[in-house]
Amino acid sequence: MSSIIVSLKRKQIAEFIEKEKRLDGRGLLDYREIVVEPGVIERAEGSARVLLGKTEVLAGVKIGIGKPYADTPNEGVLTVNAELVPLASPTFDPGPPKENAIELARVVDRGIRESKVLDFKKLCIIPSKKVLVVFVDVYVLNHDGNLIDASALAALAALLNTKMFNYEVEGDEVKIKSDLTQLPVRKHPIAVTFAKIGDKLIVDPWLEEEQIIDARLTVTTDDDGNICAMQKGGNGYFTPKEVLKAVKTAREKAKEIRKKLKW
Amino acid sequence: MSQKHEKLIDKKGLRLDGRKPEELRSVQIEVGILPNADGSAYIQQGKNKILAGVYGPRELHPKHLALPDRTVLRCRYHMAPFSVQERKSPAPSRREIELSKVIRESLEPSIFLEYYPRTGIDLFIEVLQADGGTRCASITAASLALADAGIPMQDLVAACAAGKIDDIVVLDLMDTEDKIGSADVPVALMPNLNAITLLQMDGILTFEEFEKAVNLALEGCRKIHAMQKEALKTKYVNVKEVEE
Repeated sequence: MSSIIVSLKRKQIAEFIEKEKRLDGRGLLDYREIVVEPGVIERAEGSARVLLGKTEVLAGVKIGIGKPYADTPNEGVLTVNAELVPLASPTFDPGPPKENAIELARVVDRGIRESKVLDFKKLCIIPSKKVLVVFVDVYVLNHDGNLIDASALAALAALLNTKMFNYEVEGDEVKIKSDLTQLPVRKHPIAVTFAKIGDKLIVDPWLEEEQIIDARLTVTTDDDGNICAMQKGGNGYFTPKEVLKAVKTAREKAKEIRKKLKW
Repeated sequence: MSQKHEKLIDKKGLRLDGRKPEELRSVQIEVGILPNADGSAYIQQGKNKILAGVYGPRELHPKHLALPDRTVLRCRYHMAPFSVQERKSPAPSRREIELSKVIRESLEPSIFLEYYPRTGIDLFIEVLQADGGTRCASITAASLALADAGIPMQDLVAACAAGKIDDIVVLDLMDTEDKIGSADVPVALMPNLNAITLLQMDGILTFEEFEKAVNLALEGCRKIHAMQKEALKTKYVNVKEVEE
């Protein structure tokens, strides 16, 4: 969008937020409606479609057998990738992932990895040789703001939906059996993204808000209220007070979301 | 995170390199060391050796990237193939692309971008040797390089990480502590404005531990800020000596 329209919009949105209101009628700390639809892709070991307002994200899980990293020979591997699919927004271009998609994938990855959603030791088949590799691919299908929270929800929902193959080890061979078991998911990390407009903090910014914000802060917390990942973005700043306020609010919001989704 | 090392803090409460929990590594900074760059700085923090160079404000290529109301800051954070134990491929990794973005966003709030419309400022960061906390040391050096290039800024950006090892919150994690420790919180601060411009976190921390870690990191940033100012002054003291 041209910078003139953005600066006009900025004035309007900022004036609303100053009065504790938002253009779409939400309160400053309200999420848009969240819809989670698990198991939408039969070919994937796990999948889920998440709607956050009009933002739509599809996540798919594939599981394969691969080599472990040299520094963690007894642990399985998690790979998170994100695609900003060009049909989702006029601002997305085809081609290899650029910095926004890479940041999105890495923030989602950190939330899952650091909260220890998966027991990586249990994903080891033969130490130093063969381990299970869990691929989580996040597909953004419609961009209407706050891709981080929607993608984190979709990735977790897809993992919760994942059924993986059983296997037998015979010497160095891994035999895949036909029956399936649920992939054990131990935690439910929820990413809560704040946007700063003037000196106000809002949660779940939608596209028009996202275009005019000074800075954003994502706080991912687990079921016990521990903080497991954070990421500041945008070319503005936060004061220490705002950071602590955001962390407290993120814990409450995450709890609400978990309750709503019965996770 | 493997558990090869049993203890990161010994019985006396000292860390692997003999530091106290709230102690910074030794820091040496030099400003203006690249003859061709408009501004530059070199930092050694522990075994980290990092160069930052700034070119610009200058004409931006490709031209369609130029903005009518402000300059465009571009940042490349790059690690030399020999900077780490196992050779790193020189092609930019996903980690480097993410760090380039967060470093740029940590410096943008400090610069008066609107002073130079339709131009670009290129910031290049080369990690020659990595020892944990490279993004923070890079920001510290990069902010000085921007100042050395004469770009008007609100404040210098100083960065420092805090984290948790052996259940204790400590300042400025070095490589082993970063790899084995249970949490890492890198922070960048404009001390005169009390503005946090970089904040990331990975690991597991309770709210109380997080609060402690952030405050410790902010304290570290303020100490580094003092060293930045000293380094900037030193450059001009040296120039004077040469003229005499």
